[in-house]
Amino acid sequence: MPEQSVRPMGETRPIGEIRPMIEIRNVTRSYGAFKALDEANLSINEGEFFSLLGPSGCGKTTLLRMIAGFDNPTTGSIAVDGQPMDGIPANRRPTNMVFQSYAIFPHLNVEQNVGYGLKRLKLEAGEEKRRVEEALAQVSLTGLGKRGATELSGGQRQRVALARALVMRPKVLLLDEPLSALDKKLREQMQVELRRLQQAVGITFVLVTHDQYEALAMSDRIAVMFGGRIAQVASPKEIYQRPVNRQVADFLGGMNFVRGEIVEENGASLTLDTLGFGRINTEKPTAFVRNGAAATLGIRPERLRVLWDDETSQFQVTGTVVERHYFGEITHLVVEIPGLEKPLSVTETNDFGADDIPVGSAVRLAYDPEALVAMAD
Amino acid sequence: MSGLKRLLPGGWLSVYAVLYVAFLYVPVLFLPVFSVNTAATPKFPLSGFTWKWYEGLPRTPELLNAAWNSLIVGLSASVLSTVFGILAARAITRYRFPGRRPINGLIMAPLVLPEIIVAISMLLVILQLGLSLSLFTVVLGHVLVCIPYSMTVLTSGFEGFDRSLEEASADLGESAFGTFRRVTLPMVTPAIISSLLVSFTISLDEFIIAFFLTGTEATLPIYIWGQLRFAAKLPGVLALGTLLLVASFILLSIAEVLRRRAARRTQSEGGLYA
Repeated sequence: MPEQSVRPMGETRPIGEIRPMIEIRNVTRSYGAFKALDEANLSINEGEFFSLLGPSGCGKTTLLRMIAGFDNPTTGSIAVDGQPMDGIPANRRPTNMVFQSYAIFPHLNVEQNVGYGLKRLKLEAGEEKRRVEEALAQVSLTGLGKRGATELSGGQRQRVALARALVMRPKVLLLDEPLSALDKKLREQMQVELRRLQQAVGITFVLVTHDQYEALAMSDRIAVMFGGRIAQVASPKEIYQRPVNRQVADFLGGMNFVRGEIVEENGASLTLDTLGFGRINTEKPTAFVRNGAAATLGIRPERLRVLWDDETSQFQVTGTVVERHYFGEITHLVVEIPGLEKPLSVTETNDFGADDIPVGSAVRLAYDPEALVAMAD
Repeated sequence: MSGLKRLLPGGWLSVYAVLYVAFLYVPVLFLPVFSVNTAATPKFPLSGFTWKWYEGLPRTPELLNAAWNSLIVGLSASVLSTVFGILAARAITRYRFPGRRPINGLIMAPLVLPEIIVAISMLLVILQLGLSLSLFTVVLGHVLVCIPYSMTVLTSGFEGFDRSLEEASADLGESAFGTFRRVTLPMVTPAIISSLLVSFTISLDEFIIAFFLTGTEATLPIYIWGQLRFAAKLPGVLALGTLLLVASFILLSIAEVLRRRAARRTQSEGGLYA
């Protein structure tokens, strides 16, 4: 699948100069002995939709709050648009935030909420009103200006929070888990809208989320974080297809891990011998650190395909179905392969009848050797 | 028995509850009853209905004077205790600092300290400082006893105040003071008004501290105390007492409504997602 090969970020944006908007240099934030963030280095580009993805407690919110100015690095520095932010309080930073709780001022109506920050700018009489209207239109809330803050639905509150930040025309819009309080359907709709909005306004968006699908669906690039460290920064496709280690691979979705012995390592490629899959030649990950002769390979469940009847493939493994789980449009099969320590998870769409494969029957699985990626433990 | 049962569906527990409430409020109810009785002595049977004791009140200069003094003391004490209460309640609900709990306990302590001891101690300190007794010293004493009430009301106003509201304000460019004025203050206004009303009511009714710390100027309770020596003045005192009772009841009811509104306003934030 050559068209799936990884391209550098920015492929969806017009060709132009890539300019860093946020630069995070060796930023550490400690609370006593605990390091919420440990030597983070990151550069986020102008006009980029960037996501900080990780489980709770990984330091993503700490980093976002430091960009906003609600928290300060213990060591290291943060610059926004070339300006060092050291000692600059939140109210004088060119960033605006959409809070997880939305933080809609309950004593003000929608219009007053959206116009809150403009009041200080002392704009001309009509200008303030015009900008509020414009912001409300951007988030499809036209006509709701007089609505009280407590009379809004969850989705509307989210839009008000968004409009209130956008109306300030920030250089960077920070979003702290903005969709986590919404139900699934609304969340998916807002993902699309947020992405569309970001492309329309062209502002740099930095999103904090623990939802891998959200990050994959919306971002130009993602930083995956664990335990205060940034594990990988790459495009959604690369993060998903070529995770640097098992932790990242696991967090982004199901992954079958296969042990291999390194036969040959040269330049950008690795040759490994595996028990179930035989000899595999794979691209060496950039951050690959050799640790003895063993290495881990991973393959996503959907990259394994059931071979029907007399269909064959150049690359295939044979095993026995030990479990079958039905999920509507897809079926998960657990297939035991002789030689592999753990059975393989396989995700098959149900259009060919994977939901009818009897448990205990033998199946052959086809795979693309390119889908078997080497990674650190 | 069956009639009583119907009246009190809970059985003996209800009887207990009724007696309980009667014990609390029947004595208080005698006050308005005798204040409209024509006889000068509070005795049953009642002899007839009259407003004359009330009509006599505005014609008593000492009473008006005492009322004026009480108003001044009440206003000063309520404003001061509310200001101090705001500062303390905000610190205690908003920040985590060493000694937070003990400090909170110490601020609330005057609520349970014997008032007469507090009054005597304050008198000693004030005399040591060389201050002369006046309405000002009464205000000082009243601030001390009002602060716990202000704190109770204000803490429930500040508690649960979503911190991100103030952060959002800062994020939108507002200064710390601007944030306090445009976000914090409007949200806790009901609690502040409630605190003012409660402390005013406490100060208006307070006797012991005022008795010890006032000089020649009497507040209403001290005036009432003074009048009790004259049997003929009793109906007037009852009428005045009834008015104070009604005023206290109204002020405290308004205060409670406002306190609840403030608590709802700040705490409902998280519950509105649906």
